Amino acid sequence: MAGTLEFSPDDRYNAFITTCRQAPFADGPLAGTAVAVKDNISTAGIQTTCGSRILEGYIPPYDAYVVELLRSSGAAIVGKTNMDEFGMGSTTETSAFGPTRNPVDPGRVPGGSSGGSAAAVAAGLVPMALGTDTGGSIRCPAAFCGIAGLKPTYGRVSRYGLIAYANSLEQIGPMARTVEDVSRLMSVIARYDPRDSTMLDRPYDHRPSAEIKGLRVGIPEEYFGEGVDPRVGESVRDAIGVLEGLGAKTVPVSIPGMRHALAAYYVICTSEASSNLARFDGVRYGPAVDTRKSWHEAYQDLRLEKFGTEVRRRIMLGTFALSAGYAGRYYAKAQIARRNIREDFERAFREVDVIAGPTMPTVAFRLGEKSDPLSMYLSDILTVPANLAGIPAISVPCGKVDGLPVGLQIMGRQFEDERVVDAAYAYEQEVRA
Amino acid sequence: MKTIIGLEIHVQLSTATKLFCGCSTDYRDDEPNTHCCPICLGLPGALPRINRKAVEYGLRVAKALGMTVPEESEFARKNYFYPDLPKAYQITQYDKPLAVKGAVEIEDDEGHEKIVRITRVHLEEDPGRLVHVAGGSKYSLVDYNRSGIPLLEIVTEPDMRSPQEARRFLNKLRAILEYLGVFDGEREGGLRVDANISLEGSERVEVKNISSYKGVEKALTFEVTRQKNLLRRGQKVTRETRHFMEGRGITTSARGKEEEHDYRYFPEPDLRPLRVSDWVAAIELPELPTARKNRFMAQYGISPNHARTLTGDPKLADFYEHVASVDSVLAATWVADTLLGELNYRDMGIAAVPADRFMELLALIRAETITDKAGVQVLREMLDACAAGKPCEPPGVIVEREGLARATGDEFTQVVEKVVAANPQAVEDYRAGKKGALNFLVGQVMKETRGRADPRELGRIVSEFIDTGGV
Amino acid sequence: MITESDIEHIAELADIGISKDEVPAFTTQFNAILDYFEVLDTVEGKSAPDAGIVNVFRDDEIQPGLSQEEALANAGSTEDGFIKAPRVM
Repeated sequence: MAGTLEFSPDDRYNAFITTCRQAPFADGPLAGTAVAVKDNISTAGIQTTCGSRILEGYIPPYDAYVVELLRSSGAAIVGKTNMDEFGMGSTTETSAFGPTRNPVDPGRVPGGSSGGSAAAVAAGLVPMALGTDTGGSIRCPAAFCGIAGLKPTYGRVSRYGLIAYANSLEQIGPMARTVEDVSRLMSVIARYDPRDSTMLDRPYDHRPSAEIKGLRVGIPEEYFGEGVDPRVGESVRDAIGVLEGLGAKTVPVSIPGMRHALAAYYVICTSEASSNLARFDGVRYGPAVDTRKSWHEAYQDLRLEKFGTEVRRRIMLGTFALSAGYAGRYYAKAQIARRNIREDFERAFREVDVIAGPTMPTVAFRLGEKSDPLSMYLSDILTVPANLAGIPAISVPCGKVDGLPVGLQIMGRQFEDERVVDAAYAYEQEVRA
Repeated sequence: MKTIIGLEIHVQLSTATKLFCGCSTDYRDDEPNTHCCPICLGLPGALPRINRKAVEYGLRVAKALGMTVPEESEFARKNYFYPDLPKAYQITQYDKPLAVKGAVEIEDDEGHEKIVRITRVHLEEDPGRLVHVAGGSKYSLVDYNRSGIPLLEIVTEPDMRSPQEARRFLNKLRAILEYLGVFDGEREGGLRVDANISLEGSERVEVKNISSYKGVEKALTFEVTRQKNLLRRGQKVTRETRHFMEGRGITTSARGKEEEHDYRYFPEPDLRPLRVSDWVAAIELPELPTARKNRFMAQYGISPNHARTLTGDPKLADFYEHVASVDSVLAATWVADTLLGELNYRDMGIAAVPADRFMELLALIRAETITDKAGVQVLREMLDACAAGKPCEPPGVIVEREGLARATGDEFTQVVEKVVAANPQAVEDYRAGKKGALNFLVGQVMKETRGRADPRELGRIVSEFIDTGGV
Repeated sequence: MITESDIEHIAELADIGISKDEVPAFTTQFNAILDYFEVLDTVEGKSAPDAGIVNVFRDDEIQPGLSQEEALANAGSTEDGFIKAPRVM
């Protein structure tokens, strides 16, 4: 049943950077399903910008592996979604193509950086979308827009064709209105790709099960502490109560390394980003550099003009964190902190099967609310630990505060994505019923 | 004043594909940007994948140089901006190289054996190639065909004491690499050198990117003279980086920004570490130059100098072993002393020489069918034909056609008679005991026979002829 | 404390342009962020080799790449099959 899908959405929330009015599709398990793809995932023949002017007009000559898999599963790729520039933000406001608005409340941000994907799903423009998650960029917008989103185990989904922000932290993952669709999309994209040397051959072939009797759920005190809106904490505790009602047992756990998590995360992601984004020089792709100027002058002028402020700030932070005389204090220390956090989780997972807490400390911010960079960074505190530890984490809607969605985050052991999906599915089925 | 030299050698490994992608390494003479893919062009989203063979080649070198292979090694990013570097970082190895601590044995300037210590070897990718447009144009042109070619960087301790030693080290290293089959010395730009040089007690100068191994001795000789002259005039040597201008044979200061790099190394997050130390035991090394040299001396009875020359290049050594069956000592002389010079003169490689024809030539010389002098003439005709792409005639045919057979019997006697008769003054001088007179007469015979007479016995024959009263 | 001239130096090292009027704000924000990063001074433990996957290789087999046309398709300007770049001198 191959064919072409007509796609002309009412994109009132600015969810898309590029839409494909005529989206071809093939036969397969997702035949004819409209899927939106975050604009940092390479699509052959379709502009891929990372939400940045520096890649405006860039047409990749190749598909990311997940896009190949989508196409061969029959999905119709209907567009490329808006995002914080290079994924650097938690609101989708740093996009060079204007902010995306939250379909639940257009005065609010959709979260980020996969805000376009979340908004496209939440607004009903597509049933499912791909996002990417470096420090929460799938889970944050899923929580803020009231949809489900999974950050897979690091190494479970190929990064080939994902335009890197922070290679050691990020994964492509599924976003959808239901956990079932998240799982369906996950089983399409989680396939081994030898081109990504950091992958393991652990394909995801799973149908979610709501049977969670005896599941041991760890409750980390750090996820309900200072900075977490008590009403958000309350919603999440209620949701955990639902899991208990289904036969799960709760166990208090502790992740003491959390106190270093955010700083470690920002040092590592900006360090890697400073190197990853150095290649954008207007020579091989992107808006052309002025070849009449001397090269340093030409590059600096181009990068000043085409990169947004937040991107330049993070490039500079990472450059500083890696520079001679400072690398030991920042980059090296952050790696140790990262290993400590990973060990904290390993220790906790000897006692429990999953760990649950809020996805975000608050509900969606108002547009323009997070103008100070550090205060925006601080909002990532509950999502970055999973990226540092490389473990799977899902966000599933669990009620509302002030009419705005709250996300329940469930984290699992490495390569136990199935288990976090099941726990989220069990919750979703129970509250829906 | 002691000269102190250390080298960093970048060798292109002769794998079929690049270090991190499946593009062919055979790019020379091809159109620009035709050996490229998303990975070596640094397109967004592309990921590197390590070529197993490049690692194996690196380990082969490590084993041959007696190096230690650490349990774990790792690739790292070296961040710097240059238009030929498509990702704005080079994937290289930093604090966890492939192998450390080895040695190469060379001869010092007095002919004694000495050791040059090897600090480390590591793998890295070659950048692309910048072409500077002539005529003062404002831009440069980039070709990424070379981008991603596997390089093995070999770093020595500062153990060399003269430019000549540095040259001998490089010759030896190059021979080892060729024996190992990891390097093709005929590929242009396949070996590039950075040299550190100082005079004892003075600052160190780095001469960057010398693109031929012959250039290294020239550049270093220039630097020794320049630095000595500075000190002689009471000036100081500045610690700096200099570039070698191949064409002019001089080095010039590379002042400015290049001096203050901060490469911000960190482990390459797109690649996993290497744990390959246990591969080393299984590597079977071929016979290496020193062992082969010693065997040549023992097996073929040839001189150390001939043995060293003949084993300096595995193809040459193979050629010699092939033709040695005719007469190993005669073959050594002819290959090492005559053939090599004629090849250099024509800019030809040993591969172009038909071994069977060369053996026929050796047989003619050995049988004294032709003289050495005529042999050289035949060889030249053979090589000229090869160089012109024509079939190489059998040397016997050339001898016949050119009338180069050794002059013997009546012909020879007639010439001697004629020369003696035509030079009565010389004959008289000879009889008066003047040695030079005999040489003159012999020379005249050689001239008349166009080299077809054997000079070794000619003196005896001419003197006998006169002494027995042939006149 | 990071000074305004440090900020300008870092921008230079990153080859990223910075306009004069941005420097004060960048400096203030940098210092706030670096203050927050000071928590890393309290991290305990030693760096150890990263456990996990090792020895991921591919075979030395030629794979099809891009045509010259595809390789040049996104470049801002080209000449005779080369990609044009600003002059290095």
